[in-house]
Amino acid sequence: MAEKLLQIKNLKQHFNVGKPNMVKAVDGITFDIYKGETLGLVGESGCGKSTTGRTIIRLYDATDGEVLFENENVHGKKSAKELKKFNRKMQMIFQDPYASLNPRMTVADIIAEGIDIHGLASSKKERMEKVYELLETVGLNKEHANRYPHEFSGGQRQRIGIARALAVDPEFIIADEPISALDVSIQAQVVNLMKKLQREKGLTYLFIAHDLSMVKYISDRIGVMYFGKLVELASAEDLYNNPIHPYTQSLLSAIPLPDPESERTRKRKSYDPAVHNYASDEKIEMREVAPGHYVYCSEKELKQYQAQYKH
Amino acid sequence: MEKILEVKDLKVSFQTYGGQVQAVRGVSFDLHKGETLAIVGESGSGKSVTSQTIMKLIPMPPGQITGGQILFNGDDIVPKSEKEMENIRGKEISMIFQDPMTSLNPTMRVGTQIMEVLIKHQNMSKQEAKKRATELLRLVGIPMPEKRVVQYPHEFSGGMRQRAMIAIALAASPKLLIADEPTTALDVTIQAQILDLMKELQNKMDTSIIFITHDLGVVANVADRVAVMYAGQIVEMGTVDEIFYDPRHPYTWGLLASMPSLENDNDAELAAIPGTPPDLTNPPKGDAFAARNQYALAIDFEEEPPMFQISETHFAKTWLLHPDAPQVNPPESVMKRIRKLSSNFEKPVLVKEGK
Repeated sequence: MAEKLLQIKNLKQHFNVGKPNMVKAVDGITFDIYKGETLGLVGESGCGKSTTGRTIIRLYDATDGEVLFENENVHGKKSAKELKKFNRKMQMIFQDPYASLNPRMTVADIIAEGIDIHGLASSKKERMEKVYELLETVGLNKEHANRYPHEFSGGQRQRIGIARALAVDPEFIIADEPISALDVSIQAQVVNLMKKLQREKGLTYLFIAHDLSMVKYISDRIGVMYFGKLVELASAEDLYNNPIHPYTQSLLSAIPLPDPESERTRKRKSYDPAVHNYASDEKIEMREVAPGHYVYCSEKELKQYQAQYKH
Repeated sequence: MEKILEVKDLKVSFQTYGGQVQAVRGVSFDLHKGETLAIVGESGSGKSVTSQTIMKLIPMPPGQITGGQILFNGDDIVPKSEKEMENIRGKEISMIFQDPMTSLNPTMRVGTQIMEVLIKHQNMSKQEAKKRATELLRLVGIPMPEKRVVQYPHEFSGGMRQRAMIAIALAASPKLLIADEPTTALDVTIQAQILDLMKELQNKMDTSIIFITHDLGVVANVADRVAVMYAGQIVEMGTVDEIFYDPRHPYTWGLLASMPSLENDNDAELAAIPGTPPDLTNPPKGDAFAARNQYALAIDFEEEPPMFQISETHFAKTWLLHPDAPQVNPPESVMKRIRKLSSNFEKPVLVKEGK
């Protein structure tokens, strides 16, 4: 297997700690992200997938657990210099291309903000050259540099967001629902662009989304989250062909496919957490059902799941 | 089957500072009793404006119906006054909106919002209405309706709010229900529940539904017939099988090809439709889709294509169906879907203008 770029160990993110309305948004999840891969994270709204992404990049301070980026902890006390180093390596693309670009800044200033902060350009000319190059990379052109975000369509804005993320030459990009706000015909354009950039620059992605067919298309491996826990993690193919956890099965059975015939015979499964019927002394954790295929389950369930796994 | 709605050559435009936006440019379709028609298209294709015009919900001005007829039960609603429309909205035709968070009144109890419809349109007393409101909430699958009926929208989850919206929309047993992206803001599992609920209620009440969405998966799930809209016009219309298994318009091909299918291998690039939709203040000459269309013919840039008829129910507006047009093959991922449908005519027939 390839080198581990990120190791997330027992990460917890709780809000309102100690108050009656405490929320365990992310409740002890552990996974690795390998260099050059795309890990998809899916789940319903409120399951903690976006919080996971934001905690990894330190937009939130983790309640517990650690995030190791190239074996160095992202969280914990850090000097401004150390933080800057991480910020250069990790970037984020946001869901809403309308809200995530400052309307009062020109496209050139938005894209070059990271370049300025990290001092990556020695002269004004070099800075602009970098901006032009980035615009070209994401399929826009030079003339767009002096315009303002409101002059662009949703798909174009998302391209600007991608250019901004690429400006500091990151290794790892967290894309939080980058295509959910776009039209179908535009979604494919943005996904193709992200795949192309990955091939050319060897980027690693954490792709957070709820559109499962798009996630399957772009991801190498997929993690399924439910109520702050990672319930299943497997390669994209394996997860679709062999969903083990009952929640994954119910999620997959709910996606409508663009095929009238399969829709007419669709059988939906619903998930009831009570099916597990865990005893209080059972230890529930991520267990490997088949090579590379992890499911959150008890010892007893593991045997049952292994038996039902199709080879 | 009985026709409940006939839209004939509808044209709607909006007056803006930038000029007149021709949002709907000659749309014609009809809807039968108990049928579901899905309208698909990108944002700005005019699908929402078309449906809002049927309820006359577009603000006039700046909006204006510049031509055409909307016959509801044989009665044209275009010239109707606001007062007359009040007796139709909510009673004969009702609507479910995309965003259940903003379309319920946050200061009114959910029950009161349902009762409003019942008291106005069914002449019920307050007590009767309250009883019926509870029944309706139970019908749409809300547990403990007696308790829920006195709660406020903020106490409901997104899926529950959408159910409450459906309860309001169905309160007066309308003949036509317009659902404008009713599940777009919801999670897939909740979406599946809402779609099942709508189908179940449709069977019970024999309502006709116009379902607006851009999700082709949802279309395949709910629709009997599909209309594909682009730049304010219907470019292809047919039964759900005809659209998914025998699409004829290059834009429909593009939509189908740009969706990854679960069986696809992941190495092939998605066939994205290049570019963006045209500006409708100044619609392009010829075919509005020509600039983004890899199959565009020279004539597409000169003259607007007429409607061709492929079967009794299948229409497409593209020059590719003209007998003199070259033979082209759709993208590979679309080729895989294509089946021979027995209902097709021997050759596409030109539909005469004005029909």
